[in-house]
Amino acid sequence: MSSDPRLAVREISKTFGSVRALERVSLDVRAGEVTCLLGDNGAGKTTLIKILSGVYGPTEGEIRLDGTSLQLSSPREALARGITTVYQDLAIAPLMSVWRNFFLGAEPLKGRGPFRRLDPVRCERIAREELARLGVQIADTYQPAGTLSGGERQSLAIARALHRGGRLLVLDEPTAALGVRQTKVLLRTILEVSQEDVGVILVTHNPHHAFPVGDHFVVLRRGQVVADRAKDELSQETLIQLMAGDDLAAGPGGPAA
Amino acid sequence: METEPAGARSPRVRRLLARPELAAALGAAVLWIFFTIQAAEPFLSRAGTAAYLNAAAPLGILAVAVSLLMIGGEFDLSVGSIIGVSGMSIMLLTTHFGWPLWPALAATVGLCLSIGYLNGIIVVRTGLPSFIVTLGMLFTVRGLTIAISRGLSGRTQLGGLDGSTGYEAARFLFASSPLPPFRVSVIWWIGLTAAATWVLNRTRYGNWIFGAGGQAETARNLGVPVSRVKISLFMTTAGAACLVGIIQAVQFNGADTLRGTLQEFWAITAVVIGGTLLRGGYGSAIGAALGALIFGLVRQGIVMIGVNADWFQVALGTLLIAAVLFNNQVRRLVEQRR
Repeated sequence: MSSDPRLAVREISKTFGSVRALERVSLDVRAGEVTCLLGDNGAGKTTLIKILSGVYGPTEGEIRLDGTSLQLSSPREALARGITTVYQDLAIAPLMSVWRNFFLGAEPLKGRGPFRRLDPVRCERIAREELARLGVQIADTYQPAGTLSGGERQSLAIARALHRGGRLLVLDEPTAALGVRQTKVLLRTILEVSQEDVGVILVTHNPHHAFPVGDHFVVLRRGQVVADRAKDELSQETLIQLMAGDDLAAGPGGPAA
Repeated sequence: METEPAGARSPRVRRLLARPELAAALGAAVLWIFFTIQAAEPFLSRAGTAAYLNAAAPLGILAVAVSLLMIGGEFDLSVGSIIGVSGMSIMLLTTHFGWPLWPALAATVGLCLSIGYLNGIIVVRTGLPSFIVTLGMLFTVRGLTIAISRGLSGRTQLGGLDGSTGYEAARFLFASSPLPPFRVSVIWWIGLTAAATWVLNRTRYGNWIFGAGGQAETARNLGVPVSRVKISLFMTTAGAACLVGIIQAVQFNGADTLRGTLQEFWAITAVVIGGTLLRGGYGSAIGAALGALIFGLVRQGIVMIGVNADWFQVALGTLLIAAVLFNNQVRRLVEQRR
């Protein structure tokens, strides 16, 4: 069953008006592995994530999930197909309580028929426990999520995605707002999750965070893939050079400005 | 890292203080005590109690629906005109076209829900502020109601609904007084408040309403069908306005094209006094019901204590601003990190 990767992106391009945000991008994500997507601001990372999570479609190209072609028309559909995305910003509704945020869009219900309803006691407990797994202790998950610190909000969004599970987990700059300890816990959790038959895409511009957890690295620059390598094919230094736009490391076939 | 000091106040107390309807509940209590002291005789009597509850009920029905919409992040300024079209549609279908009452009611509900749907679809598709879209709808619907009524019947007021078939059953459902002098509309009001509160706090759809109003983009990314939620909320406010129109048409045995004028503003006032934020994502249906209760208390109480009714708007306007200031202060206190 190693034939089909979890996610196969084939030659996708995306144009916004006259701007070409992605240019024939191809990459594979395997279940049980962490694929790091690296690149500077404007390299096309966000565009790629939004295509994968159903916000908009590619102009050209094909995406396959476990071998079946994927035509997404909405984020809801992406979620239904098992693609969970954690966005860097826009992760929480600040006035909603922590537990309501945690379950937004995927609320568990109890009871039957017209009496199907939310179970706040259970939701509250699950949210608290799942956050604690990421090293975030919240005394009262009834408090508005807007009272949390930046790192805690990020952890809330990630804990939510981990709890939802799925086949492909896309993390957009998950470490951006985190402190040192929370980053450590998160990276360890990402490793754990990837063991559970989940394909993980870790989007970051921090090679120091990417290198220890990644199995395979894809570097984007100006909308194109400039490197796609397994971990044993490169060092952290090479990775940094690739990101910085050092075409020596990229080898032949690097982008012409 | 951040360690939590053991809270001096229990989470339950803080949660109670954080309830959006706190100011409205206190306000209603203070007003009730004030009128009791000032005019215990008429005010505390059964008739006095019925007077303010009956006055509050139609606004309450409207405000509860509007609170859901406003929590969902949108406005509906067209509800007043929908009350007007609802009543006139019933009257024209029955007295002018000779329909039995119940089919006329069904057609009227369909018409009103379509207007709500239209509001919703325009807002969702164009991205225009709902304030503008529904303001446009307010004038359009009111104008059409007057024009069509005058065109068909030559009049802007129609009476004689009691002549239509099915009137007795409708009278029982919409305009009876099961416990005189309390009107059945008070039961509608309380029932709808309970239903809306259940929906908000205990259903998936309720959570989607908060999400759609609090951070629509986030909610959408998490799989909440934000557009559908918003359209359904516009249909809910239109449905509530329709119900108010039906109640009034049956109760007054007729309708007027101008009925419901300014109700959209009274509804927003009640909702905001009830603690719902104008920018959405936060609020309560109970708060809106209490806002309507305050409206009824002031409207009737002010007369009972012998003050000229002209002062009613002054009192309510002042209360609106006071309630919002109070809510802001409390929220600032409560929204500190626990």
